[in-house]
Amino acid sequence: MSELRIAVPRGALFIDTLDLLDRLGIETGEVRENDRKLLFEQSGIVTMRPSDVPTYVEAGAADLGITGKDVLMEQSERELYELVDLGYGQCRMVVASVAGEDRAAEAQRRLGVVRIATKYPRIAARHFLHTGRQAEIVEVKGSVELAPLTGLVEGIVDLTATGTTLRENGLVVREEIAVCTARLIANPVAHKLRARTIDGLLERLSAV
Amino acid sequence: MSGIDRAGDPNGAIDRIPNGTRDVLPDEMRELRAMTDRIRAVFEHAGYGEVYTPALEYEGTFERADTAGTRPAYRMFDEQGKVLVLRPDMTIPIARLVATRYPHAEPPLRFCYMAHAYRGVRPQRGQAREFLQAGVELIGSPAPEGTAEALGVLCASLDAAGLDSYSIGLGDASLYPSLLEAVGVPPPSRERILTELVDGDFVGVEREVHELGLSGDESRLLLSVPRTRGGPEVLEGLSGALHDAVGGMREVHARLSPRVAQRLIFDLGLVRSLGYYTGAVFQVYDPAYGVPIGSGGRYDELLGSFGRPLPAVGFALNVERLHIALTGEERGRAPRGAR
Repeated sequence: MSELRIAVPRGALFIDTLDLLDRLGIETGEVRENDRKLLFEQSGIVTMRPSDVPTYVEAGAADLGITGKDVLMEQSERELYELVDLGYGQCRMVVASVAGEDRAAEAQRRLGVVRIATKYPRIAARHFLHTGRQAEIVEVKGSVELAPLTGLVEGIVDLTATGTTLRENGLVVREEIAVCTARLIANPVAHKLRARTIDGLLERLSAV
Repeated sequence: MSGIDRAGDPNGAIDRIPNGTRDVLPDEMRELRAMTDRIRAVFEHAGYGEVYTPALEYEGTFERADTAGTRPAYRMFDEQGKVLVLRPDMTIPIARLVATRYPHAEPPLRFCYMAHAYRGVRPQRGQAREFLQAGVELIGSPAPEGTAEALGVLCASLDAAGLDSYSIGLGDASLYPSLLEAVGVPPPSRERILTELVDGDFVGVEREVHELGLSGDESRLLLSVPRTRGGPEVLEGLSGALHDAVGGMREVHARLSPRVAQRLIFDLGLVRSLGYYTGAVFQVYDPAYGVPIGSGGRYDELLGSFGRPLPAVGFALNVERLHIALTGEERGRAPRGAR
């Protein structure tokens, strides 16, 4: 039985995270072999969507978790400790619009307000607020790239790793908001009550 | 149709209450009442007289103190157009009470309360916008004696509530700021580092510290201190500015009974967002619940802003969270394996 419960994100950070846990001596074979199982009692691993990781860790349903900085920025009100920048899974949070003349800038200038589609409404709203521009944030759940191509919006705020998806849809990056990497987060109470176990893990982490 | 005819309520408001508030029904109420009765008996036995102050106060009362983090969230006007607020905590109302009702009384003064406070939080379990606090304020008793007394009462009330596995984190609000000053960090950077620390962003602290261009030893000191927590051994073997900075914690520890001392986690990184804390700060943890159950600390400057300069210390337990932790302990965390 593991002493710590660790929330592991499925998706883009999944394999890198399991590789890291392997190096820390946490057995992940069972997790790799099971696509549908969610809770692994032996290793203490629970798997979930990256955006659910802060929810479990804040409530103490998991002691530690790994998720992207993008998720933490979007859920900045959560009571969590952000312990370590793990360095992998590097992406950029960007403002993008259709290639050619920047329609977002044109809307800003001529209509006063730019419409922005995103899965990150708070990051997007904060970015435009801090840069002194009025924006109407349109929250979408699926492919954000579609929104400016159909005229729903003039620009998007989204996470991009290589830029391939943007390029293939004829979009170009106009601004960079932040560089996001995987982060190790902790429940604040667990960080106090299970200090020795967590610090042991952090020591092994800085050694690998 | 029996009961409330919902279709007949044009606003649909009859079955709704404000977000973040809730009704308490008899089964829960009996358990809460039994718990608060036991806690109240501990407070009274220790010499703390119960007081009640108005839920509504003038806004100006709360502007006298640095309440960063718990500013009043709910305001209204009285019949003369004055701004009233629902109190966000009980410490400031009791500071006002001491200054106005006991201007000449010989300290120390001991008060306790079971009262609701109001904050504009993001509602979730254990985080209500109206919440019941059980707490004490010890006025006119300086560190370390007063702090040790408050910690003793805190442990006795948690024991009486029936909690088994709790721990109390003890830190010092002045520790990290004084360390930053001793190392010569300029004030604007100090603010930024403290903000990251209050946010629990250790990656941000590291980034800010690295930008200062300090010596390797100084950087290591500033990065290791916020992560240092454990038994009394964390107060030993220190040198220089850090040795001096934990002096207050060592003095408190020396005055605690073994029963209290065994509950403590010495936490050099414990910082509270409340601006009025000056020295010792504490927080109550239980393994059965992922959020702190209560908190407190010294506020030696607060009474002065009400014209009655006296050192003071106090704590407040969140009764609903205490109940959740108690229930969690009883249930045992069945699926979580050997702990």
